[in-house]
Amino acid sequence: MNKNLVITTVSVAAVLTLIVLLHKEETYNVHLEKLKQEYAIKPTPSVDHSKLALLRQDFETPQDVTRACIFCHTERHKEIMGSSHWNWERTGYIEGRGLATIGKKNIINNFCIGAGANEQACAKCHIGFGMTNDRFDFSNAANVDCMVCHDNSEEYLKGSSMAGYPDRSVNLRNVALSVGSPRKSNCGACHFYGGGGNNVKHGDLEESLLACDREVDVHMAANGMDMSCVTCHSAENHVMKGRLYSVSADNKNRAFCEDCHTDSPHLDNLLNRHTRVACQTCHIPHYAKVNATKMEWKWSEAGRLEHGKPYSIENEDGKHIYLSTKGEFLWEKNVIPDYIWFNGTADHYLLGDTVGDFPVVINPLNGSYDDKRSQIIPVKVHRGDQIYDRQTRMLVQPKLFGTQKGDSAFWQDFDWALASEAGMNRVGLPFSGDYKFVETEMYWPVNHMVSPKDKSLDCAHCHVREGGRLAGLGGFYLPGRDRNSTVDMVGKLILYLSIIAVLIHTIIRIVVLVRERKSVVAQDDSERSP
Amino acid sequence: MRRVLVYKRFERFWHWSQAALVIFMAVTGFEIHGSYSLFGFEKAVSFHRTAAHLLLGLIAFAVFWHFTTDGWRHYIPTTRNIMAQIKFYMVGMFRGESHPVARTELSKLNPLQRLVYLGLKIIIIPILVISGLLYMYYADLENAVKIIRTTDLELIALWHTAGAFLMVSFLVVHVYMTTTGRTSLSNIKAMLNGHEEIETEQITEDQAT
Repeated sequence: MNKNLVITTVSVAAVLTLIVLLHKEETYNVHLEKLKQEYAIKPTPSVDHSKLALLRQDFETPQDVTRACIFCHTERHKEIMGSSHWNWERTGYIEGRGLATIGKKNIINNFCIGAGANEQACAKCHIGFGMTNDRFDFSNAANVDCMVCHDNSEEYLKGSSMAGYPDRSVNLRNVALSVGSPRKSNCGACHFYGGGGNNVKHGDLEESLLACDREVDVHMAANGMDMSCVTCHSAENHVMKGRLYSVSADNKNRAFCEDCHTDSPHLDNLLNRHTRVACQTCHIPHYAKVNATKMEWKWSEAGRLEHGKPYSIENEDGKHIYLSTKGEFLWEKNVIPDYIWFNGTADHYLLGDTVGDFPVVINPLNGSYDDKRSQIIPVKVHRGDQIYDRQTRMLVQPKLFGTQKGDSAFWQDFDWALASEAGMNRVGLPFSGDYKFVETEMYWPVNHMVSPKDKSLDCAHCHVREGGRLAGLGGFYLPGRDRNSTVDMVGKLILYLSIIAVLIHTIIRIVVLVRERKSVVAQDDSERSP
Repeated sequence: MRRVLVYKRFERFWHWSQAALVIFMAVTGFEIHGSYSLFGFEKAVSFHRTAAHLLLGLIAFAVFWHFTTDGWRHYIPTTRNIMAQIKFYMVGMFRGESHPVARTELSKLNPLQRLVYLGLKIIIIPILVISGLLYMYYADLENAVKIIRTTDLELIALWHTAGAFLMVSFLVVHVYMTTTGRTSLSNIKAMLNGHEEIETEQITEDQAT
């Protein structure tokens, strides 16, 4: 008996031990170490521009610098002039529209609304010189601004509201002698400050990335791989790899984590099989980790004046929460993303479109569980309200920027009717004068600020009955979150009935036993003996 | 009375290791289902899958054993005495009557056991095993043979959960029924040491199916 008990105990213990032993713990990821080794070696430029006599001159105009560049790089400007960085538009297929050309010329957003009629200010982020209005000459190679991307002196700076010209303080000779491969600060000069300040738009792209630690971003960390933007957003013939869906629409030339990490990056194959979940979903648990980003922008509040003058209110972080020129803002830090299905294509509100549903989604990102190309991605949703024409049912492109009072710019005259009239007139659209403010939403996929492995999401962040990160994402079965209520109900009923039946049976047996004992103990004994 | 070997060594090993695996898989499985939190979802899934592979191996051995030793014959269903057996559990055992169908080496399962265990073997376990395998490999199947779509996961999970509820209900009743032997521990002892006291006079041709 004892020996047998030991055998049984041993076989049960053996099974449980096997489970623990066969359950593999993660070991060393060789592929990842190889990648780190590969990217630790920073490329050495083949030319030191500071040694070139041609560049050792005092340039009169920034266009002279461009001409000097073209003197050696005789064909490069043609590549640039074919790029969206220059043209501010791209032609591609959009579902429901067919072939369409979209870009900053004909889309609007719910931040500063749009570039149309405001070129002089907005062109601070155009890689050209002299875009004062909508008649910019896109075929003049001399107006290509090579320096904004290739300056390595950290001295180059585009002037405020100077139509894309450099600030007067810039020493063009120093800049020209320094040129090289774009650094984070070059890309960041525009991509960090979109919307009028640091981290206003993206939430995951901001100046803290210039010198951050691994907690903020494992790739760009100064104490980590210290990768630059162009390491991933590599360029072939000046066409940058990567798509941002606040301006893009098609699923082409995108930059993917998988480009380096392959489509089976985890040692645990169970994780690799999460093919419908984008890497970013688990590996970017929060965005705006260091500095806050704008989550809401209410244009309807703009225009309040104090003693006839515009004013501003700041929060404790020194961020504007109110500006007479722009309205009311909500800032947030360490934000948990929203999650949506996305297949790599998007539609956009194009100037002149009419709308009926509110809030207006300015850039609807396409995708669903049933669409096999779709993955779950993290997004920043930027909400706000902006001006709309009740009669034409169009969102309005107002003229915001003006150099002086009386030229109908909202930032000078604070008159929505005048600003809208002027703006819509410039983009060639009607304006009835009957306006109101409608709610709008914009979707910004979150792709940066990748956290260290141990900070990424756990299974239970999504695979949990209630309150999970994907609680709001329907249309598919998520183990741990979902269940079939009928199966659960009937199953529980059967289980509970079994337990109740067993209990009733036990009680009857006990009652019978007690009664027997009480009655005739002796007789009971004789009955039981063989 | 004589003492006979009812459960051979393999049967006992099979029974107890299967018991351990089934209970462990129920615990981890219902955690994955979201019923409670114990190991944490990640560990629960990992343990559940490892245990599943062990159980599959065990089932393969058991099937082989049943066919090579003719052990499967114990599960041939019969309606003979089934009412008597039900009546015994409902009434007879409270009156101190003895089991209507005595256990023998040739027929160690009573008619009710035959039916329930057969159901377990050909309905509940296959439901769990098939839906479980699909649950584990549907993504690979989808890419390889295109007969399964990821959208079928809900259906797979539904069957797997239904099977699990039946299995757990079986477990409750099964564990309780082990106490209804000649004495309340005699059945469990028999499954531990393999031997059982059998009343010699009751072995007849009639019962040896």
